[in-house]
Amino acid sequence: MQATAQPTRQLVRMRGRSYVAFVFSPVVPIVGWLEEIDATLARSPGFFVGKPVVLDLSAVDLSQSAIAHLVASLEQRNVRVLGIEGVDEARLTAGMPPLLTGGRPCVLMQNEPKKPEAKPKPTSLVLESPVRSGQSIVFTEGDVTVLGSVGSGAEIVAGGSIHIYGALRGRAMAGVNGNSSARIYCQKIEAELLAIDGYYQTAEDIDEALRNRPAQAWLEGDIMKISPLN
Amino acid sequence: MAKVLVVTSGKGGVGKTTSTAALGAALAQTGEKVVVVDFDVGLRNLDLVLGAERRVVFDLINVVQGVAKLSQALIRDKRLENLWLLPASQTRDKDALTDEGVGSIIADLRSRFDWILCDSPAGIERGATLAMRYADEAVIVTNPEVSSVRDSDRIIGMLDSKTVKAEKGLRVEKHVLITRYDQARASRGEMLSIEDILEILATPLLGIIPESQDVLLASNVGSPVTLNNAASAPARAYVDAARRLMGETVPMVVPVERKGLMNRLLGRRAA
Repeated sequence: MQATAQPTRQLVRMRGRSYVAFVFSPVVPIVGWLEEIDATLARSPGFFVGKPVVLDLSAVDLSQSAIAHLVASLEQRNVRVLGIEGVDEARLTAGMPPLLTGGRPCVLMQNEPKKPEAKPKPTSLVLESPVRSGQSIVFTEGDVTVLGSVGSGAEIVAGGSIHIYGALRGRAMAGVNGNSSARIYCQKIEAELLAIDGYYQTAEDIDEALRNRPAQAWLEGDIMKISPLN
Repeated sequence: MAKVLVVTSGKGGVGKTTSTAALGAALAQTGEKVVVVDFDVGLRNLDLVLGAERRVVFDLINVVQGVAKLSQALIRDKRLENLWLLPASQTRDKDALTDEGVGSIIADLRSRFDWILCDSPAGIERGATLAMRYADEAVIVTNPEVSSVRDSDRIIGMLDSKTVKAEKGLRVEKHVLITRYDQARASRGEMLSIEDILEILATPLLGIIPESQDVLLASNVGSPVTLNNAASAPARAYVDAARRLMGETVPMVVPVERKGLMNRLLGRRAA
């Protein structure tokens, strides 16, 4: 038996990758257009250095020699043309950049200095002390949590829900921005008024049996429900 | 270190002036140098309760406006040499007080006294806010009834926001003093209980002053209740409260009237 060593074949792997290229669209007269390019380069030299540039000749009708002259003129200005589009392939010689098709427009990313990102506004407010009579806490951006009681004559207005880890003796208005799923929770309900999304109940309407118990209030359609929490 | 203590309540008629005089006298009796300052401009009463009304020459407004020196306006108590009074003006109103003027007087008093007790007017307007403005500590006088308790809650909120200490991010130390307390009525549920009041106000208790005829008797003769009848129930309660202010730990009891034999025999009057 004769064994012959099979040479292992290297597989050439091809990958696709896309880049963003500047597209130059020359217009007649070409001389005038080149002056514009010069003006841009004068303002920011090196603007096109190392950046891929594609010539789009669809707006002009240039002969083979004129195309060769244009590419050479750009070469002089240190602008290297990666490819040409919008022209008949017959007008291009072997020495010229290849014809490109299938380009899609895109937005050029500007390398501006990043602005410090504005911190997202907090969506909850925590109060660590009791809310006293006469105090009004208004927080329309979200939930309000009180670690203490809310005194008679005090009020809490929240865009979201209201959580009170103490007795609620004052007014609580939740969901003031039209948030009908906001709720009010408290450890002890002795409220003067409860409101959710504009629907309210005063102390008189609140069931006596609930008084002094932990409770929550929520909206079911346009009816406010209050139930004990335990 | 001088301490500025405001005696306040929000509601009128709960016993701020009586308490200021009684606590001031009790503190002075322990040897502390005390001044009581009447901030109730236009409705002054502290001079009457201290029996100094006939010796008032200059007042707080005169000093604020630079008409008189502080030393000219201070009145020394005839019974306690450590107790002084800075009276309010009866003819002006509270708009005559300025923040800077009160600030400079308080600063001046701090250098002369151990305790500066500011008797606040009722309400939450200028007089009351300036009385509490420079306070280090506050005594909130509360009666065992809902309107008084709610007003006290309001005042506590202001002490936590409108005083110089609060604006600097510090706390004014607060104490609740319950006055006109009637044990019998409270146990019958006719008054708020001590627990209810403290639960609502969430502030430590300084003392419980029982309802007593001695309070009115003392103010009618122009004497702090602690001096007029030191053995009376309210006097003993005020003395205990003053000791707590000085940092002593005194057990909290509600002093009761000591009835004599005749009183005990004839204790029950037909209603």
